[in-house]
Amino acid sequence: MKSLFEHGPSLSTRLLLALIVAGTLMFLDHRLQTMQPVRSFLSTATAPVQYLAVLPEEMMDRLVYLATTRSALREDNQRLRDELLGLQMAVQRLNFLENENARLRQLLGSEVRAASRRMAAEVVSVATDPFSHQVVINKGYQSGVYEGQPVLDNRGIVGQVISVARSTARVLLIADQSHAISLRAERNDIRVIAQGTGSLTQLELSFIPHSTELKEGDVLVSSGLGGVFPEGYPVAEISVINRDERLQYAQVFVTPFAQLDRVRTLLLLWPADAQEQPIYEDAVEVDEVNDVG
Amino acid sequence: MWVKSGLLPLLFSYVLALVLTIMPIPAVLEPWRPDWVSLVLIYWLIAIPHRVGFGTVLIMGLLTDILMGSTFGIYATALVLVAYPALRHFQRIRNYSLTQQLLIVGVLIFVKRVIVYELEHVLNDAVFNLPYLYPVLSSAIIWPWLFLILRRYRRRYLIR
Repeated sequence: MKSLFEHGPSLSTRLLLALIVAGTLMFLDHRLQTMQPVRSFLSTATAPVQYLAVLPEEMMDRLVYLATTRSALREDNQRLRDELLGLQMAVQRLNFLENENARLRQLLGSEVRAASRRMAAEVVSVATDPFSHQVVINKGYQSGVYEGQPVLDNRGIVGQVISVARSTARVLLIADQSHAISLRAERNDIRVIAQGTGSLTQLELSFIPHSTELKEGDVLVSSGLGGVFPEGYPVAEISVINRDERLQYAQVFVTPFAQLDRVRTLLLLWPADAQEQPIYEDAVEVDEVNDVG
Repeated sequence: MWVKSGLLPLLFSYVLALVLTIMPIPAVLEPWRPDWVSLVLIYWLIAIPHRVGFGTVLIMGLLTDILMGSTFGIYATALVLVAYPALRHFQRIRNYSLTQQLLIVGVLIFVKRVIVYELEHVLNDAVFNLPYLYPVLSSAIIWPWLFLILRRYRRRYLIR
Protein backbone atom coordinates (compact mmCIF):
# COMPACT_ATOMS: atom_id res chain seq x y z
CA MET A 1 0.00 0.00 0.00
CA LYS A 2 1.29 3.42 -0.87
CA SER A 3 1.23 5.95 1.90
CA LEU A 4 -1.66 8.36 1.94
CA PHE A 5 0.15 11.42 0.66
CA GLU A 6 2.65 9.74 -1.65
CA HIS A 7 1.37 11.24 -4.88
CA GLY A 8 -0.90 13.72 -3.23
CA PRO A 9 -0.39 17.37 -2.47
CA SER A 10 3.03 18.99 -2.13
CA LEU A 11 4.97 19.15 1.11
CA SER A 12 3.93 22.71 1.93
CA THR A 13 0.26 21.90 1.35
CA ARG A 14 0.55 18.99 3.72
CA LEU A 15 2.26 21.22 6.26
CA LEU A 16 -0.58 23.69 5.94
CA LEU A 17 -3.16 20.92 6.37
CA ALA A 18 -1.44 19.56 9.49
CA LEU A 19 -1.15 23.06 10.92
CA ILE A 20 -4.83 23.73 10.30
CA VAL A 21 -5.76 20.50 12.12
CA ALA A 22 -3.51 21.33 15.07
CA GLY A 23 -4.70 24.94 15.14
CA THR A 24 -8.36 23.91 15.09
CA LEU A 25 -7.79 21.52 17.97
CA MET A 26 -5.99 24.23 19.91
CA PHE A 27 -8.87 26.63 19.29
CA LEU A 28 -11.49 24.05 20.28
CA ASP A 29 -9.63 23.14 23.43
CA HIS A 30 -8.53 26.55 24.63
CA ARG A 31 -11.21 28.97 23.45
CA LEU A 32 -14.29 26.79 23.45
CA GLN A 33 -13.26 24.23 26.11
CA THR A 34 -15.10 21.54 24.19
CA MET A 35 -12.39 18.92 24.29
CA GLN A 36 -12.90 17.69 27.86
CA PRO A 37 -14.68 14.42 26.87
CA VAL A 38 -12.06 13.73 24.18
CA ARG A 39 -9.31 14.54 26.64
CA SER A 40 -10.80 12.21 29.22
CA PHE A 41 -11.14 9.42 26.66
CA LEU A 42 -7.59 9.86 25.35
CA SER A 43 -6.20 9.99 28.90
CA THR A 44 -7.87 6.67 29.57
CA ALA A 45 -6.38 5.31 26.35
CA THR A 46 -2.86 6.51 27.22
CA ALA A 47 -3.00 5.29 30.82
CA PRO A 48 -0.97 2.15 29.92
CA VAL A 49 1.91 4.39 28.82
CA GLN A 50 1.79 6.06 32.20
CA TYR A 51 1.78 2.77 34.05
CA LEU A 52 4.63 1.57 31.84
CA ALA A 53 6.61 4.67 32.78
CA VAL A 54 6.60 3.85 36.49
CA LEU A 55 7.24 0.15 35.95
CA PRO A 56 11.07 0.32 36.24
CA GLU A 57 10.79 2.35 39.42
CA GLU A 58 8.30 -0.10 40.90
CA MET A 59 10.50 -3.05 39.98
CA MET A 60 13.46 -1.30 41.59
CA ASP A 61 11.43 -0.74 44.73
CA ARG A 62 10.39 -4.36 44.73
CA LEU A 63 14.03 -5.44 44.41
CA VAL A 64 15.09 -3.15 47.23
CA TYR A 65 12.25 -4.54 49.31
CA LEU A 66 13.29 -8.11 48.60
CA ALA A 67 16.86 -7.30 49.49
CA THR A 68 16.11 -5.70 52.86
CA THR A 69 17.46 -7.74 55.68
CA ARG A 70 15.47 -9.04 58.58
CA SER A 71 17.16 -6.80 61.10
CA ALA A 72 16.47 -3.72 58.97
CA LEU A 73 12.82 -4.72 58.77
CA ARG A 74 12.69 -5.25 62.51
CA GLU A 75 14.21 -1.84 63.13
CA ASP A 76 11.75 -0.31 60.72
CA ASN A 77 8.90 -2.05 62.45
CA GLN A 78 10.01 -0.79 65.84
CA ARG A 79 10.31 2.77 64.56
CA LEU A 80 6.86 2.63 62.98
CA ARG A 81 5.35 1.24 66.18
CA ASP A 82 6.81 4.14 68.14
CA GLU A 83 5.52 6.59 65.59
CA LEU A 84 2.08 4.99 65.66
CA LEU A 85 1.96 5.23 69.42
CA GLY A 86 2.79 8.94 69.26
CA LEU A 87 0.18 9.56 66.59
CA GLN A 88 -2.49 7.61 68.45
CA MET A 89 -1.93 9.75 71.50
CA ALA A 90 -2.21 12.89 69.38
CA VAL A 91 -5.43 11.60 67.81
CA GLN A 92 -7.01 10.97 71.22
CA ARG A 93 -6.43 14.59 72.04
CA LEU A 94 -7.67 15.64 68.60
CA ASN A 95 -10.91 13.71 68.95
CA PHE A 96 -11.56 15.33 72.28
CA LEU A 97 -10.86 18.79 70.89
CA GLU A 98 -13.01 18.13 67.86
CA ASN A 99 -15.98 17.12 69.96
CA GLU A 100 -15.50 20.12 72.16
CA ASN A 101 -15.24 22.36 69.11
CA ALA A 102 -18.46 20.93 67.68
CA ARG A 103 -20.25 21.51 71.00
CA LEU A 104 -19.01 25.09 71.24
CA ARG A 105 -20.01 25.76 67.67
CA GLN A 106 -23.46 24.43 68.42
CA LEU A 107 -23.67 26.74 71.42
CA LEU A 108 -22.74 29.68 69.22
CA GLY A 109 -25.33 28.62 66.70
CA SER A 110 -22.85 28.26 63.86
CA GLU A 111 -22.59 25.32 61.52
CA VAL A 112 -20.86 22.22 62.84
CA ARG A 113 -18.02 21.10 60.62
CA ALA A 114 -18.57 17.59 59.37
CA ALA A 115 -15.82 15.07 58.78
CA SER A 116 -14.28 14.74 55.34
CA ARG A 117 -13.28 11.52 53.65
CA ARG A 118 -9.96 10.69 52.09
CA MET A 119 -8.18 8.16 49.96
CA ALA A 120 -4.49 7.54 49.30
CA ALA A 121 -3.20 7.71 45.72
CA GLU A 122 0.16 7.07 44.10
CA VAL A 123 1.80 9.36 41.57
CA VAL A 124 2.27 7.55 38.26
CA SER A 125 3.85 10.20 36.11
CA VAL A 126 5.06 13.77 36.13
CA ALA A 127 4.75 16.35 33.39
CA THR A 128 8.18 17.81 32.86
CA ASP A 129 7.51 21.26 31.43
CA PRO A 130 8.78 24.02 33.68
CA PHE A 131 5.59 25.94 32.91
CA SER A 132 3.12 23.25 33.66
CA HIS A 133 3.59 21.53 36.97
CA GLN A 134 1.27 18.56 36.98
CA VAL A 135 1.36 15.00 38.19
CA VAL A 136 -0.81 12.06 37.26
CA ILE A 137 -2.21 9.85 40.02
CA ASN A 138 -3.50 6.29 39.85
CA LYS A 139 -7.09 7.00 40.89
CA GLY A 140 -9.79 8.13 38.48
CA TYR A 141 -13.54 8.49 38.24
CA GLN A 142 -13.99 4.84 39.04
CA SER A 143 -12.76 5.74 42.54
CA GLY A 144 -14.99 8.79 42.75
CA VAL A 145 -12.35 11.40 41.96
CA TYR A 146 -13.83 14.63 40.60
CA GLU A 147 -12.58 17.78 38.95
CA GLY A 148 -11.53 20.47 41.40
CA GLN A 149 -10.84 18.02 44.20
CA PRO A 150 -8.21 19.08 46.74
CA VAL A 151 -5.07 16.94 46.95
CA LEU A 152 -2.72 16.85 49.96
CA ASP A 153 0.38 15.09 51.13
CA ASN A 154 1.46 14.46 54.70
CA ARG A 155 2.76 18.01 55.10
CA GLY A 156 0.24 20.21 53.38
CA ILE A 157 -1.79 21.03 50.31
CA VAL A 158 -0.28 19.88 47.03
CA GLY A 159 -2.81 20.96 44.41
CA GLN A 160 -6.14 20.19 42.83
CA VAL A 161 -7.48 17.71 40.30
CA ILE A 162 -7.97 19.29 36.88
CA SER A 163 -8.98 16.37 34.70
CA VAL A 164 -10.19 12.89 35.42
CA ALA A 165 -9.95 9.73 33.35
CA ARG A 166 -11.12 6.23 34.22
CA SER A 167 -8.25 5.10 36.38
CA THR A 168 -6.00 8.16 36.36
CA ALA A 169 -6.42 11.81 37.21
CA ARG A 170 -4.27 14.86 36.61
CA VAL A 171 -3.32 17.09 39.52
CA LEU A 172 -2.29 20.70 39.02
CA LEU A 173 0.33 21.58 41.65
CA ILE A 174 0.06 24.82 43.60
CA ALA A 175 3.46 25.79 42.13
CA ASP A 176 2.07 25.93 38.58
CA GLN A 177 2.16 29.36 37.00
CA SER A 178 -1.53 29.26 36.28
CA HIS A 179 -2.51 28.30 39.82
CA ALA A 180 -3.39 30.59 42.70
CA ILE A 181 -4.66 29.68 46.15
CA SER A 182 -6.31 31.80 48.79
CA LEU A 183 -4.47 31.64 52.11
CA ARG A 184 -4.68 33.09 55.59
CA ALA A 185 -1.80 33.85 57.93
CA GLU A 186 -2.12 31.67 60.99
CA ARG A 187 -0.80 34.36 63.33
CA ASN A 188 -2.96 37.33 62.42
CA ASP A 189 -5.57 36.14 59.91
CA ILE A 190 -4.34 38.33 57.06
CA ARG A 191 -5.80 37.00 53.84
CA VAL A 192 -3.42 36.62 50.91
CA ILE A 193 -3.33 34.99 47.49
CA ALA A 194 -0.36 32.77 46.64
CA GLN A 195 0.44 32.46 42.97
CA GLY A 196 2.66 29.74 41.52
CA THR A 197 5.90 30.95 39.97
CA GLY A 198 6.96 27.85 38.07
CA SER A 199 9.56 27.00 40.69
CA LEU A 200 8.61 24.01 42.80
CA THR A 201 9.98 25.48 45.99
CA GLN A 202 8.59 28.98 45.79
CA LEU A 203 5.24 30.71 45.47
CA GLU A 204 4.65 34.44 45.36
CA LEU A 205 2.03 36.43 47.24
CA SER A 206 0.30 39.01 45.08
CA PHE A 207 -0.79 42.53 46.01
CA ILE A 208 0.78 42.80 49.45
CA PRO A 209 1.06 46.42 50.66
CA HIS A 210 4.43 47.60 51.99
CA SER A 211 2.89 48.19 55.39
CA THR A 212 1.83 44.57 55.82
CA GLU A 213 2.05 42.94 59.21
CA LEU A 214 3.35 39.70 57.73
CA LYS A 215 6.87 38.71 58.61
CA GLU A 216 9.33 36.03 57.62
CA GLY A 217 8.53 32.64 59.11
CA ASP A 218 4.77 33.20 59.26
CA VAL A 219 2.75 30.06 58.55
CA LEU A 220 0.01 30.34 55.93
CA VAL A 221 -2.97 27.99 55.98
CA SER A 222 -5.72 27.55 53.41
CA SER A 223 -8.51 30.05 53.97
CA GLY A 224 -11.38 27.95 52.63
CA LEU A 225 -12.48 30.87 50.44
CA GLY A 226 -12.96 29.98 46.82
CA GLY A 227 -14.58 26.71 47.66
CA VAL A 228 -11.92 24.36 46.32
CA PHE A 229 -9.63 23.84 49.27
CA PRO A 230 -11.02 23.15 52.73
CA GLU A 231 -10.10 25.57 55.48
CA GLY A 232 -7.18 25.24 57.83
CA TYR A 233 -4.67 23.02 56.05
CA PRO A 234 -1.06 24.19 56.16
CA VAL A 235 0.24 25.35 52.78
CA ALA A 236 3.37 27.47 53.03
CA GLU A 237 5.74 29.48 55.15
CA ILE A 238 6.93 32.99 54.32
CA SER A 239 10.59 32.83 53.31
CA VAL A 240 11.46 36.27 51.91
CA ILE A 241 9.84 39.70 52.17
CA ASN A 242 11.30 42.40 49.98
CA ARG A 243 9.89 45.80 50.95
CA ASP A 244 11.44 47.73 48.10
CA GLU A 245 9.53 51.03 48.05
CA ARG A 246 10.22 51.50 44.35
CA LEU A 247 7.93 48.58 43.58
CA GLN A 248 4.20 49.01 43.70
CA TYR A 249 3.71 46.16 46.14
CA ALA A 250 5.97 44.32 48.54
CA GLN A 251 7.51 41.18 47.07
CA VAL A 252 6.72 38.21 49.30
CA PHE A 253 7.93 34.71 48.52
CA VAL A 254 6.70 31.66 50.39
CA THR A 255 7.97 28.09 50.54
CA PRO A 256 5.31 25.36 50.32
CA PHE A 257 5.34 22.73 53.06
CA ALA A 258 4.49 19.93 50.66
CA GLN A 259 7.59 18.62 48.94
CA LEU A 260 6.40 19.23 45.43
CA ASP A 261 9.58 18.01 43.76
CA ARG A 262 9.32 14.54 45.25
CA VAL A 263 5.62 13.83 45.56
CA ARG A 264 5.01 10.12 45.70
CA THR A 265 1.99 9.25 47.82
CA LEU A 266 -0.83 11.76 47.87
CA LEU A 267 -4.07 12.06 49.75
CA LEU A 268 -7.32 12.81 47.95
CA LEU A 269 -9.83 14.67 50.07
CA TRP A 270 -13.61 14.67 49.78
CA PRO A 271 -14.84 17.64 51.79
CA ALA A 272 -18.02 16.99 53.75
CA ASP A 273 -20.11 19.16 51.44
CA ALA A 274 -18.86 17.54 48.21
CA GLN A 275 -21.47 15.99 45.93
CA GLU A 276 -19.19 13.11 44.97
CA GLN A 277 -18.36 10.23 47.25
CA PRO A 278 -15.22 8.12 47.27
CA ILE A 279 -15.64 4.60 45.95
CA TYR A 280 -13.22 2.29 47.72
CA GLU A 281 -12.00 -0.87 46.09
CA ASP A 282 -12.13 -2.75 49.35
CA ALA A 283 -13.37 -1.91 52.81
CA VAL A 284 -9.92 -1.85 54.41
CA GLU A 285 -9.09 1.59 53.03
CA VAL A 286 -9.04 4.49 55.49
CA ASP A 287 -12.74 4.98 55.79
CA GLU A 288 -13.94 6.73 58.85
CA VAL A 289 -11.13 9.14 59.48
CA ASN A 290 -12.31 12.11 61.42
CA ASP A 291 -10.97 15.32 60.17
CA VAL A 292 -11.52 19.00 60.65
CA GLY A 293 -12.74 19.66 57.12
CA MET B 1 -4.95 -4.61 4.63
CA TRP B 2 -1.37 -5.58 4.08
CA VAL B 3 0.82 -4.67 7.04
CA LYS B 4 4.10 -3.10 6.02
CA SER B 5 7.26 -4.74 7.27
CA GLY B 6 8.41 -3.56 10.67
CA LEU B 7 5.21 -1.83 11.72
CA LEU B 8 5.31 -3.20 15.26
CA PRO B 9 8.96 -2.26 15.94
CA LEU B 10 8.19 1.21 14.58
CA LEU B 11 5.21 1.64 16.89
CA PHE B 12 7.26 0.25 19.76
CA SER B 13 9.87 2.98 19.26
CA TYR B 14 7.12 5.62 19.50
CA VAL B 15 5.70 4.14 22.69
CA LEU B 16 9.18 3.95 24.18
CA ALA B 17 9.77 7.62 23.35
CA LEU B 18 6.50 8.59 25.06
CA VAL B 19 7.31 6.47 28.11
CA LEU B 20 10.77 8.05 28.41
CA THR B 21 9.17 11.49 28.17
CA ILE B 22 7.03 11.02 31.28
CA MET B 23 9.15 8.58 33.26
CA PRO B 24 9.94 9.88 36.75
CA ILE B 25 13.68 10.54 37.05
CA PRO B 26 15.78 12.09 39.84
CA ALA B 27 15.13 15.78 40.34
CA VAL B 28 18.74 16.68 39.48
CA LEU B 29 18.45 15.15 36.02
CA GLU B 30 14.93 16.39 35.45
CA PRO B 31 15.77 19.63 33.58
CA TRP B 32 18.23 17.72 31.39
CA ARG B 33 15.78 15.10 30.16
CA PRO B 34 16.32 14.82 26.38
CA ASP B 35 13.38 15.57 24.13
CA TRP B 36 12.80 11.91 23.23
CA VAL B 37 9.69 12.33 21.12
CA SER B 38 11.30 14.93 18.87
CA LEU B 39 14.52 12.95 18.55
CA VAL B 40 12.81 9.71 17.56
CA LEU B 41 10.48 11.51 15.17
CA ILE B 42 13.34 13.40 13.52
CA TYR B 43 15.19 10.13 13.00
CA TRP B 44 12.25 8.40 11.32
CA LEU B 45 11.48 11.51 9.27
CA ILE B 46 14.91 11.56 7.71
CA ALA B 47 15.28 7.77 7.51
CA ILE B 48 11.93 6.72 6.03
CA PRO B 49 10.19 9.94 4.91
CA HIS B 50 7.95 8.06 2.47
CA ARG B 51 6.36 6.34 5.40
CA VAL B 52 6.50 8.68 8.37
CA GLY B 53 4.94 12.01 7.55
CA PHE B 54 2.88 14.82 9.00
CA GLY B 55 0.12 12.38 10.00
CA THR B 56 2.40 10.47 12.36
CA VAL B 57 3.91 13.71 13.65
CA LEU B 58 0.45 15.11 14.34
CA ILE B 59 -0.68 12.03 16.24
CA MET B 60 2.53 11.90 18.28
CA GLY B 61 2.13 15.59 19.06
CA LEU B 62 -1.43 15.11 20.28
CA LEU B 63 -0.41 12.13 22.41
CA THR B 64 2.36 14.23 23.94
CA ASP B 65 -0.20 16.96 24.62
CA ILE B 66 -2.39 14.46 26.45
CA LEU B 67 0.49 13.05 28.46
CA MET B 68 1.90 16.47 29.35
CA GLY B 69 -1.53 17.89 30.10
CA SER B 70 -0.93 20.92 27.90
CA THR B 71 -3.57 22.54 25.72
CA PHE B 72 -4.48 20.26 22.81
CA GLY B 73 -2.39 21.01 19.75
CA ILE B 74 0.55 22.90 21.27
CA TYR B 75 3.08 20.09 20.90
CA ALA B 76 1.42 18.98 17.68
CA THR B 77 1.92 22.41 16.11
CA ALA B 78 5.53 22.66 17.26
CA LEU B 79 6.41 19.17 16.07
CA VAL B 80 4.73 19.70 12.69
CA LEU B 81 6.63 22.95 12.17
CA VAL B 82 9.90 21.23 13.00
CA ALA B 83 9.05 18.23 10.84
CA TYR B 84 8.80 20.46 7.77
CA PRO B 85 12.51 21.30 7.41
CA ALA B 86 13.42 17.72 8.31
CA LEU B 87 11.15 16.34 5.57
CA ARG B 88 12.21 19.02 3.12
CA HIS B 89 15.93 18.32 3.47
CA PHE B 90 15.94 14.68 4.54
CA GLN B 91 18.36 13.62 1.81
CA ARG B 92 20.86 16.26 2.81
CA ILE B 93 20.60 15.70 6.58
CA ARG B 94 20.86 11.95 6.12
CA ASN B 95 24.26 12.27 4.46
CA TYR B 96 25.80 14.77 6.83
CA SER B 97 28.42 13.64 9.32
CA LEU B 98 27.17 12.91 12.83
CA THR B 99 28.61 16.19 14.13
CA GLN B 100 26.76 18.21 11.53
CA GLN B 101 23.59 16.26 12.22
CA LEU B 102 24.02 16.97 15.90
CA LEU B 103 24.05 20.71 15.24
CA ILE B 104 20.99 20.54 13.01
CA VAL B 105 19.09 18.44 15.53
CA GLY B 106 20.06 20.94 18.23
CA VAL B 107 18.66 23.79 16.15
CA LEU B 108 15.46 21.87 15.35
CA ILE B 109 14.83 21.07 19.00
CA PHE B 110 15.62 24.64 20.01
CA VAL B 111 13.04 25.87 17.50
CA LYS B 112 10.50 23.32 18.71
CA ARG B 113 10.88 24.35 22.34
CA VAL B 114 10.72 28.04 21.46
CA ILE B 115 7.45 27.43 19.57
CA VAL B 116 6.02 25.48 22.50
CA TYR B 117 7.02 28.26 24.87
CA GLU B 118 5.54 30.97 22.65
CA LEU B 119 2.23 29.11 22.36
CA GLU B 120 2.14 28.46 26.11
CA HIS B 121 2.96 32.12 26.68
CA VAL B 122 0.15 33.32 24.45
CA LEU B 123 -2.44 30.81 25.65
CA ASN B 124 -1.55 30.24 29.30
CA ASP B 125 0.70 33.18 30.27
CA ALA B 126 3.75 31.02 30.80
CA VAL B 127 6.88 32.78 32.06
CA PHE B 128 10.22 31.92 30.49
CA ASN B 129 13.01 30.35 32.49
CA LEU B 130 16.34 29.21 31.18
CA PRO B 131 16.28 25.55 32.32
CA TYR B 132 13.58 25.03 29.73
CA LEU B 133 16.30 25.13 27.06
CA TYR B 134 18.71 22.68 28.75
CA PRO B 135 17.19 19.72 26.87
CA VAL B 136 18.38 21.31 23.62
CA LEU B 137 21.94 20.57 24.75
CA SER B 138 21.27 17.13 26.16
CA SER B 139 19.24 16.10 23.11
CA ALA B 140 21.96 17.26 20.72
CA ILE B 141 24.60 15.41 22.72
CA ILE B 142 22.61 12.20 22.75
CA TRP B 143 21.73 12.37 19.03
CA PRO B 144 24.77 10.50 17.54
CA TRP B 145 24.19 7.54 19.84
CA LEU B 146 20.48 7.55 19.23
CA PHE B 147 21.09 7.76 15.49
CA LEU B 148 23.42 4.74 15.53
CA ILE B 149 21.10 2.71 17.78
CA LEU B 150 18.02 3.50 15.73
CA ARG B 151 19.85 2.74 12.47
CA ARG B 152 20.82 -0.67 13.76
CA TYR B 153 17.27 -1.14 15.03
CA ARG B 154 15.83 -0.16 11.65
CA ARG B 155 18.10 -2.58 9.79
CA ARG B 156 17.54 -5.40 12.20
CA TYR B 157 13.74 -5.22 12.04
CA LEU B 158 13.63 -4.28 8.36
CA ILE B 159 11.70 -1.07 8.85
CA ARG B 160 11.57 0.31 5.34
